[in-house]
Amino acid sequence: MSEDQDDIILSELNDEELVEQMFDDLYDGLKEEIEEGVNILLERGWEPYRILTEALVGGMTVVGADFRDGILFVPEVLLAANAMKGGMAILKPLLAETGAPRMGKMVIGTVKGDIHDIGKNLVAMMMEGAGFEVVDLGINNDVDAYLGALESEQPDILGMSALLTTTMPYMKTVIDTLAERGLRDEYIVLVGGAPLNEEFGKAIGADAYCRDAAVAVETAKSFIARKHNQMSA
Amino acid sequence: MTLPSDDSLTRNGLAPAHETGRVLLIACGALAREILALIRLNGWSHMDLTCLPAILHNHPEKIAAAVEQTILEHQATHDRLFVVYADCGTGGMLEQVCTRHGVEMIAGPHCYSFYEGNAAFAEHGDEITAFYLTDFLTRQFDAFVWKPLGLDRHPELLPAYFGHYTKLVYQAQTDDPALTTKAQECAARLGLSFERRFTGYGDLATALAKQA
Repeated sequence: MSEDQDDIILSELNDEELVEQMFDDLYDGLKEEIEEGVNILLERGWEPYRILTEALVGGMTVVGADFRDGILFVPEVLLAANAMKGGMAILKPLLAETGAPRMGKMVIGTVKGDIHDIGKNLVAMMMEGAGFEVVDLGINNDVDAYLGALESEQPDILGMSALLTTTMPYMKTVIDTLAERGLRDEYIVLVGGAPLNEEFGKAIGADAYCRDAAVAVETAKSFIARKHNQMSA
Repeated sequence: MTLPSDDSLTRNGLAPAHETGRVLLIACGALAREILALIRLNGWSHMDLTCLPAILHNHPEKIAAAVEQTILEHQATHDRLFVVYADCGTGGMLEQVCTRHGVEMIAGPHCYSFYEGNAAFAEHGDEITAFYLTDFLTRQFDAFVWKPLGLDRHPELLPAYFGHYTKLVYQAQTDDPALTTKAQECAARLGLSFERRFTGYGDLATALAKQA
């Protein structure tokens, strides 16, 4: 996507050019350049939330779309995510100070028996980028870990991830346990992972299967909006 | 039947030696060498072998359709077909294909399990931080692991992929000191401890014997 970066001095670009350049830098996984871009925009008086949504999330959305279309592959997405993380690390404390809008809260984790977390980490990062508070339980979570976190964190959303066909059925164990305890309707349950599909999501009683991080964000926003509408009705 | 190179088995697979016959094994290219060895050892001259490109291992969502296509191509030319793929990350899709066409397949979640023996493998099912290599995958480590994960270009991504793994288990189908050394090197490159586990052909041998 980007040409030779050597001649570009980020601070000399106007805002629009800089954001465009940050899209390119994010695409190319250039963490230091992203951090520099974020700092420049902050110096120019941009609100942290605006930098997050317009420069970082905007750029990562392009990365996500090209991943979905088979133009980018996992290594490139990981590098882009790493660059975005660099920018978010600067913005995170400032977002709390400046009262950025909160979309809702999510507890997320990879299921028992599974140690894979690349997709889950991407979802967590993009959800944070979209204004959700995310509590990441990490890998290899059993029912008790999920239920304990739901009780202590009181999130709106439970997210479960699995990479293996041998571990994905465990999501049903968690959902069934929620149902047995009369807690299923308290949470929006989103599931994802390479071997899953929509049919599987429905079969295990999840609210939705999300094929990638961008879809997870959009799905979460839509369910949260529906929840708010129901509450105000 | 001549064994093609590992590179060819990875990218192209293997065509059957005969246009017609009694038993056609439809297998993953990663199993070609071992299956041909078993055919030779046991004198199963009525068995023919065709393999799909082994690299489908990295795209399990494509395996069921590719096997189905191969079944359709050969079900009229051979008396019996046998699929030498385990579930292999297809989430039951391959089993559905085989059931639909009345074709048997080897049991198990993946080759790591049937090489060790499904029963034995299930006993240590909680070995979740182990990364497995077979003889074939050891020889083709760069093509299946290092390059597709971009580690040749971006070694800094290693912790993102393997940060939660603790050991590499080399399931040896043969006694080959050079291959053991290579597997050890693979473990070192991934930053994992190393364990060699001799499996021989495991359930692969017994499953094929039932088709003999």
